[in-house]
Amino acid sequence: MHQIKIVRNILLGIENLLLHKLRSLLTTLGIVFGVGSVVAMLSVGEGASKEALDSIRKLGSNNIIINAIKSIDDEAASTTRTRMSIYGLTYKDHVRVVETFKTIRQAAPVKLIRKEGRLRERALELRVVGTTPSWFELVQRPVIAGRVLLPSDENDRVPVAVLTEFGARRLLATENTIGQPLRIGGDYFEVVGIVKSESGQASNIQIPDQEVDAYIPISVARTYFGDVISRRTAGTREREMVELHQMIVQVNSTEDVEPTAKGIENMLKRFHKKKDYHISVPLALLRQAEATKRTFNIVLGSIAGISLLVGGIGIMNIMLASVTERTQEIGVRRAIGAKRRQIISQFLIETVVLSIIGGLIGIGMGVLVPSLITYFAGMPTVITLESIVLPLVISFGVGIIFGLYPAVRAAKVDPIVALRHE
Amino acid sequence: MKHEVVSNSNAEIVRLENAHKIYQMGTQDVNALAGITLSFTRGSFWAIMGPSGSGKSTMMNILGCLDHLTSGRYILEGQDVSTLDDDSLSELRLRKFGFIFQSFNLIAQLTVQRNIELPLYYLGWDGGRSAERARVLAQKIGLEERLKHRPAELSGGQMQRVAIARALANDPQIIFADEPTGNLDTTTGEQILQLLVELNELGKTIIMVTHESYIAAHAKHRLYMLDGLVERIDGDD
Repeated sequence: MHQIKIVRNILLGIENLLLHKLRSLLTTLGIVFGVGSVVAMLSVGEGASKEALDSIRKLGSNNIIINAIKSIDDEAASTTRTRMSIYGLTYKDHVRVVETFKTIRQAAPVKLIRKEGRLRERALELRVVGTTPSWFELVQRPVIAGRVLLPSDENDRVPVAVLTEFGARRLLATENTIGQPLRIGGDYFEVVGIVKSESGQASNIQIPDQEVDAYIPISVARTYFGDVISRRTAGTREREMVELHQMIVQVNSTEDVEPTAKGIENMLKRFHKKKDYHISVPLALLRQAEATKRTFNIVLGSIAGISLLVGGIGIMNIMLASVTERTQEIGVRRAIGAKRRQIISQFLIETVVLSIIGGLIGIGMGVLVPSLITYFAGMPTVITLESIVLPLVISFGVGIIFGLYPAVRAAKVDPIVALRHE
Repeated sequence: MKHEVVSNSNAEIVRLENAHKIYQMGTQDVNALAGITLSFTRGSFWAIMGPSGSGKSTMMNILGCLDHLTSGRYILEGQDVSTLDDDSLSELRLRKFGFIFQSFNLIAQLTVQRNIELPLYYLGWDGGRSAERARVLAQKIGLEERLKHRPAELSGGQMQRVAIARALANDPQIIFADEPTGNLDTTTGEQILQLLVELNELGKTIIMVTHESYIAAHAKHRLYMLDGLVERIDGDD
């Protein structure tokens, strides 16, 4: 019975608002734009942060990535001819790190060699990645065909290679089968598997795999290609000696990430005279991205709040005018026997219905705008349930808050005076 | 008391005892009712008359529970209502009274049907039952065809008939009519008055304010006011 009455009151409110369609629409415009901007901003913000967070997660939130870098001193030194620059991580570093930290679950050393790969008449400039089977567990990519590297490959120094989907398409072409002989430099490798690859940048960290990768056991890489790379550029001969280009370390739990990274840093500092390494912690970036998102949300929230405030004041203004305009109606209702609170609820329902309708139109607009942004600007946008429910709740609240004063004013109308109101 | 209509308590519907109503107009106090004692019987038809400022409108507002007395007592059907709060007075108006005004006071944006249904809405009647009641009442006043029209599409006489239907919707004890023919031409006014007479014959108590004696002539009793006091009373019986 009570619910029926509320539904009826709401219907009557809608009916009344429909009598002044244009005015109602104009009144609620502030809410429309307020809510619309909330939804649009939330979804753009959510999209931007989701993209950042996704790519950081791709790096693994329990991972620590250590990259070899050429220090600045070395850069300068290399201008002298035929000097060899020695930098980067060493095999010893790898062993030491793994043995020292109990928190480390596994670690993959990475040795990179740029070489051309040939398969019969097809050729592709490869990034040969000498690594251990751990690599495939740390950088989880689906296996498309065959297998990944095995510990036995590593121990027995079997010349096998795992290609990426991209590499396989280029080199194996239509013969999309494994077991083909791939020539890298002067040596033959058997292609044993094909994995999917991701490429791109996650915040500032290059994600570990590339499309032109060929994975071979690190022991094989060491014996076949050695640690010295020579490059001839513009008459100078440049030689570099790098044992390991990268190390990917996975710790047992998220809490271990930062202390372990700190520990590794301290250890490397002791054994390296120059800072020829860089430690990146995806988790730290994740935290940073989350903090940025929070700030972003606060700023957007304030802007949206102000626009909703303006919208609410707009509604209140019109409702006050409406109360004045409808003084006679209020008086008649009171004379007939309407109680004050019935008048209050009548006007309050009208305001709330008005602001919720505004909210719904605003949500429609707010959903439309992000998809246009995605379409034209290519920016990712995400519409969450929260970004729809929240503005709806807010517009309800705005209706109540800004409708209360006009409604109370309406209830205070003296029927005697109102009935003389011509 | 010479001016008191003598009645036994069963037949009595309203009684004022030494009723005072004082308005503040700036710094001056205006005695709109200056100590009135009177009593109306159930089923009577009263016309309250008097020049502007005589207190007849105030009398109507007090009797209609739209206003409070400054002092004195108002007994409605044996119950002292002079100290009731706003909600209780609203409830009284809703259940016992019907109002008819000079300017009809229909709600412009509502259809004839919705206007007639208004008291039923506040009484909490459901839609179907209200609609049926509205239809029956519209039939009585001969405006059944106009239920879906809005007041602006009706003539003055039709509007007043709708107002009467609205006043009857809650089956009131007393109908208050404030200059009901003031905005109507003589012929239409006559029809409206005839309607009131018929209602009175059906047993409704009617209290009408007017300043025209030919209109007051339709009532069974006339009460003349002057300066907040009852000047004289006359009646057909």
